[in-house]
Amino acid sequence: MTHPQTALARHLLSAADLSRDAALLVLDTAEELARVADRPIKKLPTLRGRTVVNLFFEDSTRTRTSFEVAAKRLSADVINFSAKGSSVSKGESLKDTALTLEAMGADAVVCRHGASGAPHRLANWIRGSVVNAGDGTHEHPTQALLDAYTMRSRLGRIEELRVAIVGDVLHSRVARSNVLLLSTLGAEVTVIAPPTLLPVGVEHWPCAVSYDLDAVLPKSDVVMMLRVQRERMYGGFFPTTREYSRRYGLDARRMATLPDDAIVMHPGPMNRGVEIAAEVADSVRSTIVEQVANGVSVRMAVLYLLLGGALLETVEAVA
Amino acid sequence: MTSTHPPARPVTGDPSVARPVLDAADVGRALTRIAHEIVERNHGAADVVVLGIPTRGVSLARRVGARIDAIEGAGGVPVGSVDVTMYRDDLRLRGVRALEETDIPPDGIDGKVVVLVDDVLFSGRTVRAALDALSDLGRPRAVQLAVLVDRGHRELPIRADYVGKNIPTSLTETVHVLLEETDGRDAVLLGPADLPRGETR
Repeated sequence: MTHPQTALARHLLSAADLSRDAALLVLDTAEELARVADRPIKKLPTLRGRTVVNLFFEDSTRTRTSFEVAAKRLSADVINFSAKGSSVSKGESLKDTALTLEAMGADAVVCRHGASGAPHRLANWIRGSVVNAGDGTHEHPTQALLDAYTMRSRLGRIEELRVAIVGDVLHSRVARSNVLLLSTLGAEVTVIAPPTLLPVGVEHWPCAVSYDLDAVLPKSDVVMMLRVQRERMYGGFFPTTREYSRRYGLDARRMATLPDDAIVMHPGPMNRGVEIAAEVADSVRSTIVEQVANGVSVRMAVLYLLLGGALLETVEAVA
Repeated sequence: MTSTHPPARPVTGDPSVARPVLDAADVGRALTRIAHEIVERNHGAADVVVLGIPTRGVSLARRVGARIDAIEGAGGVPVGSVDVTMYRDDLRLRGVRALEETDIPPDGIDGKVVVLVDDVLFSGRTVRAALDALSDLGRPRAVQLAVLVDRGHRELPIRADYVGKNIPTSLTETVHVLLEETDGRDAVLLGPADLPRGETR
């Protein structure tokens, strides 16, 4: 019943940390936990007495709420700690904040930070588990897991699915985590963006690269549209929003070129009319609302697999 | 199912030196008797829902359900499964476990007589966890417990309503329940402890 070889490591910092077996364990666990949402009592006693801290240095509604609901459904105590209105705005360093949380007995810290790599640093300072809930333009592993979960539940498989990830790849932690996870799970990923919105070194990613959306769409089972992240853009990455939208936006005409059972995904929040047209976002192909519901199940699975077992000291003493 | 008799010292993976206590026919007879007792005790099977505890309890629940249907005729008693992993009291004592399927019949368990089915009744902790899981799933009118083997050594005030076979054991022994669905044949074997306590059932 126990699969020690597939168990998660202590932290979830990068989608690359997940082996194929570990990723599938998360998805299978999430599938069972999804049923909790249909029950009269949407709560399991499993993490009673454990404390989960949501440490958010960047604005986020859906991810923070999703982690909060997930932790509460597992009966953990949740502390929300956002940078605004905390000692961080008084100049406290990440390390001091971490040590404070440690002293309060946090069993897990869910961290979102504007700086790539912040959760990795945090993991070295505290004894509890660290879950990366998005760090700068680097990674967002639970988003990739919920996207994979959504693909599997809609299309029945992930292996050999042709996935197109379109748009602002340069600023997207969602794209990077998805490319890493989906290639581990055997999907064929293509990233599509204007050259200015592709990161340096993308040729070393385990995926294909294209500049031409219209050429890729007819050969795609999944299209994942990325948000144009204006808040991270400090220069001219494309001439005008209209031109971007015309070349890389998904409208009804482009959607019609997709194979019949293809799905359209978006990690949210959407810029309707920029990367995705309203009629596409609201179409039956769109999984955008499902992705939010699946996010809770997947985050429950991650928290259960990180915190549900033996206490860390016990495990380390045995190891 | 198969007519081949188990050898005196069967080799079945772990239990290399385990002796048979029940053979396939014994298992079949015990389940038939349990099904009759369930119908007798509940004056029919109108409100009965049979829920197995994964893994082998689910196979046993299906067989008991089929036997009740055979006794009571058409209608079909609802059969499902209830995973107790998230309710176990020993989660923190060992590594994290993968979840099994929970499958509650569409009509639910409110007001029903739930018969929990497991293969071996030992410490009673699994049943305790199952009772907690049930209370989150609804409010049955009554909960009854059916087990293929009661091996004693209870650690909680729990007893079975229907027992296939009482097998007195020592704590150093291991009970292996083999079922057609999971192990290719039906048998109950009693062997020396080959797994640390806690891994045994």
